[in-house]
Amino acid sequence: MVGENKRYIKVIAIFLLIVGTIFSGFPILWMFLNSFKPNSEIFAWPPVWISERFMFDAYVEIFRNPEMIRFFVNSYFVAFVVVILTLAISILASYSFSRFNFPGKKVINTIIVSVQAVPPITLLIPYLSLIVTLKLYNTYGALILTYLLFTLPYAIIMMTGYYNTLPEDLDEAVMMDGGSRFRALWNVLVPISVPGLVSVGMYTFMLSWNEYLFALALTKTNEFRTVPVGISLLMGQHAYEWNQMMAMSVLGSLPVLILFLIFQRYFIAGMTSGAVKN
Amino acid sequence: MSIETEKIRSIQYRNRNELLKKKTEPYLYLIPTIILIVVLLIIPICMVISYSFFDNVIINKNPTFVGFENFKKIFANKTFFVAVKNSLIFVGGSVVAHLIIGMTFAVLLNTKYFSAKTKAVFRVIFALPWMFTASVIAILWKMLLNTNGVINYFLVEANLTSTQIEWLASRDFALLSVTVINIWAGYPFYMISILAGLQGISTDLYESSAIDGANIIQRFFRITIPQLKPILISLLMLDFVWTIQQFALIWMTTGGGPINATEMLSTFIYKLGFSKYQYSQASATAVILLVVCTIVAIIYVRNQRGQD
Repeated sequence: MVGENKRYIKVIAIFLLIVGTIFSGFPILWMFLNSFKPNSEIFAWPPVWISERFMFDAYVEIFRNPEMIRFFVNSYFVAFVVVILTLAISILASYSFSRFNFPGKKVINTIIVSVQAVPPITLLIPYLSLIVTLKLYNTYGALILTYLLFTLPYAIIMMTGYYNTLPEDLDEAVMMDGGSRFRALWNVLVPISVPGLVSVGMYTFMLSWNEYLFALALTKTNEFRTVPVGISLLMGQHAYEWNQMMAMSVLGSLPVLILFLIFQRYFIAGMTSGAVKN
Repeated sequence: MSIETEKIRSIQYRNRNELLKKKTEPYLYLIPTIILIVVLLIIPICMVISYSFFDNVIINKNPTFVGFENFKKIFANKTFFVAVKNSLIFVGGSVVAHLIIGMTFAVLLNTKYFSAKTKAVFRVIFALPWMFTASVIAILWKMLLNTNGVINYFLVEANLTSTQIEWLASRDFALLSVTVINIWAGYPFYMISILAGLQGISTDLYESSAIDGANIIQRFFRITIPQLKPILISLLMLDFVWTIQQFALIWMTTGGGPINATEMLSTFIYKLGFSKYQYSQASATAVILLVVCTIVAIIYVRNQRGQD
């Protein structure tokens, strides 16, 4: 009886696995397949699964288009700068939270945690006038500063948790030898915390690479626009070039996908401990 | 004698200096963070609140104080209430579906029926939608939901519908469609978080309840759910805040249409500001949204404190 029951459950589990795979994977597979089709076959009825005229034309078009290349260069540049700045600033802040007790610590910490709950859309209007006042409208600076605000809370929470697990004897050993606190942080704690930094860096990269609202509102010319905005512009301009839009979507998603596949173990552990358990 | 006092003085001096250094050091490390948060968060929040009480901000150099006039205008605007209603349906549907799908997949990937390798592969597959940016998700689903798209093809072939449905352009289906898209895009975060939570539950609990004769469903509701409760509360609150502000997906799939059928608070704010140039009213709406999210955030922070 029990054995039969278990087999029953296993059948349900396998069924759910298949349904889940179709639900999560099919749209992505369809995007991928359509990037290799001629436009005429994308809405064919019945659908063409793998085109007989399997082709890379859409990809070639994108690589030939300097505007598209520019979107990629911009996205990489902005994301890399944001990653480096986020890591630098969050290492300092987390060290302070982890190793010192000082008046106002709780308040500052609470504000940082709450940033995650502020909807970006509510800040868009004052933010735009602020960026214009700072003469940063339509520059990389506008995007980099904005993304820092979004990535820092998670990075600080994550790294504080990480440093809390490292014993203070480590810093004290360096300071005994006459080194400064900063030296202890830089020479001892930072190298040990590389796994945590990788996870934070990945999250930061993904967030910067994927952001849309501020990338749209804070830039005016294609000179500074990033991939997500580039893709949405493609949607407006070439309403019928579906294969190119799919190819651009595939190319625009690859960096994040590759990062996720390589680091998913780190990432999943970090993501959940940071966002859920604080 | 004088050498002695000088020594003492220099020690005192050094001590005072060191004391000062000790007191200021924690803040030194925090300076970049504090500057960023003050300039990019606290100042904009103060600005948006003040904008909401003035007329013709941004356009007019010397705006006039109008008190709650902007809020009155918003509450007299029918579209605002349509946006509130749509946002609630969109958020409610998304949050419930995210929880159910995320929980199902997490439990599935935590069972002992599959090998560790199988589970690792499916964990990646199920997490995939989370990797894509909103504009990719929007284009992809516009293609899937096209009248001649592949979803209509399957539905017609399965005799579930006789005509090809205009999912995103029909007043009856647009809100459902954007909600489904958002569900697809957002469940992996639940799945991964719940999975981490499940792995933290001690197996002793399950073993002892199995000895007591509890079946799989009883175990789920008596052990799994209570053990996950703090994580689930955090997830629901974060998801509420993330979903109510969802702009990109709506903007690129329906733009709030057809005829306000998918108008949300986020698209309502964006349109008021960036196509009607009603910055004051847009700010008033933003403040309303901010207040709602602040209340949720307070509960969230308290919940997290409770866990420590």
